[in-house]
Amino acid sequence: MSSVDIQTVLPELILAVYAMVALLGAVYTSKDGLAKPITWITGGVMVLVALMVAGGDGNTAAFGGMFLDDAYSRFAKVAILLAAAAVLVMGEATMSRRGLLKFEYPILVTLATVGMMVMVSAGDLMTLYMGLELQSLSLYVVASLNRDSVKSTEAGLKYFVLGALSSGLLLYGSSLVYGYSGTTLFSGIIEAANHGQVGLGLLIGLVFVTAGLAFKVSAVPFHMWTPDVYEGAPTPVTAFFATAPKLAAMGLFARVLFDAFGQAVGDWQQIIALLAVLSMFLGAVAAIGQTNIKRLMAFSSIAHMGFALLGLAAGSAYGVQAMLLYMAVYLTMNIGTFAFIMSMERDGRPVTDISALNQFAVNDKLKGLAMLILLFSLAGVPPMLGFFAKYGVLIAAVQAGMAWLAVAGVIASVIGAFYYLRIVYFMYFGEEGEGVELNMSPAAWAALMGSAAIILLGVVNFFGIEGAAAAAAEALVK
Amino acid sequence: MVGLEHYLAVGAALFVIGIFGLFLNRKNVIILLMSIELMLLSVNINLVAFSSYLGDLTGQVFTLFVLTVAAAEAAIGLAILVSFFRNRGTIAVEDVNVMKG
Repeated sequence: MSSVDIQTVLPELILAVYAMVALLGAVYTSKDGLAKPITWITGGVMVLVALMVAGGDGNTAAFGGMFLDDAYSRFAKVAILLAAAAVLVMGEATMSRRGLLKFEYPILVTLATVGMMVMVSAGDLMTLYMGLELQSLSLYVVASLNRDSVKSTEAGLKYFVLGALSSGLLLYGSSLVYGYSGTTLFSGIIEAANHGQVGLGLLIGLVFVTAGLAFKVSAVPFHMWTPDVYEGAPTPVTAFFATAPKLAAMGLFARVLFDAFGQAVGDWQQIIALLAVLSMFLGAVAAIGQTNIKRLMAFSSIAHMGFALLGLAAGSAYGVQAMLLYMAVYLTMNIGTFAFIMSMERDGRPVTDISALNQFAVNDKLKGLAMLILLFSLAGVPPMLGFFAKYGVLIAAVQAGMAWLAVAGVIASVIGAFYYLRIVYFMYFGEEGEGVELNMSPAAWAALMGSAAIILLGVVNFFGIEGAAAAAAEALVK
Repeated sequence: MVGLEHYLAVGAALFVIGIFGLFLNRKNVIILLMSIELMLLSVNINLVAFSSYLGDLTGQVFTLFVLTVAAAEAAIGLAILVSFFRNRGTIAVEDVNVMKG
């Protein structure tokens, strides 16, 4: 372990040490009384670490190749940190109103974020596993944060059981990969598969690892935990689930497929393409019958993961670039949408029924318009950023000679547009009903308006992140 | 002579028993936790067998990590189970059904 190694993991180290200091500080002083300052400080620390990560450059492999710091991991880390900070800060007021703002919440989110940063930097099966578990174990706990609610604890229990199952599948695959390649390092695994022919043992290991990771990105047919966990968890926690962990899991997916199995693209391409098609269609069709907006967003995220997998299925640098851009846009849209959803209240109680939005935009024009922009973007309607993100992954699929996949994507996108537009219809032309009031803190208001503005203005040049995404994809796909 | 394939067969058998325990069990959530533990331990058998076969220590290091994480996982699972029991008054698998799906 040299000073270069320490330098490379410094961002993770800072966050981990910060989490422990904050935990001790809160436990020995006023406990939940400190929850609010800790939440804001955590958000600030995350933004600072994101700036620090963004300032890095070069391509370092620390700890004998087990931990990789390259343009790809930096892109993912910055997005993860900013999304986590935004979700923490915008959810603070809502959590506080529901009596859920415990000091453990920001600390657990920080630890989950450290896990996600380790995931996207993994260069070894052990690093992958430790990062994934640090993230998952923290998320199981925050899912059941509202421990007096049957729904929240049930969500935590379901998430735990299915998450542990997926970890088991992933581990079993890892053990086979280790056995048949003789090493746990990604750089060693890719050499073992180098002779054009991937052995049967390695292939079975690859399938198990893919299944385990598909659970984490909630791709069909491994999606069954998503709607229940989204519905049961407190809404600000759901907002967190829908953003940073999805990007981290997708980042890890691409990392494993290209760094460890980059010689076997033809073998995993079909699996990913199948996952993508199933996710897009199930996400689009199953969301139509939902009346709970949190469940609807769960199916929406399943469909979006399908589109991101489309970029991955292309198996090219352009595909990875399109996937990263798609995920960045997806995070932005979801942060804004959830800032809206978590503020929906009636007489001080949270409302999640879609019909409560009837006539909403008639009464509150500005917020209604922001939500309209976000929903159009989620549906992929042309002038919004969501359309260009979808366009990118579809082009990647066509360039990779998978035109059928792109056609399926367009059809699924059209089906999916129905349920987003239905919400817009309710907001503008719905019947007069009980209505809903939006109890928004300034932070949530800023998140909603900010993400709507980004979705609208980003059309000009994606705020320049296209270049960063291209560099990231170049670093991954050699 | 007991060779690598014997260990792999035991590992695979335990893993499959663990998965079936998860899906076929209709009684008790505790049994789910035991099944999960069984899956992780079968992975450990695999890793140690490969490690010994390859003459490479990495697999045994991996095993130690898996054991540690499995312990943490069991602790968190039981904690969630306890708070679920407090709210629901039962830990039967068929009663984990407040939300459809």
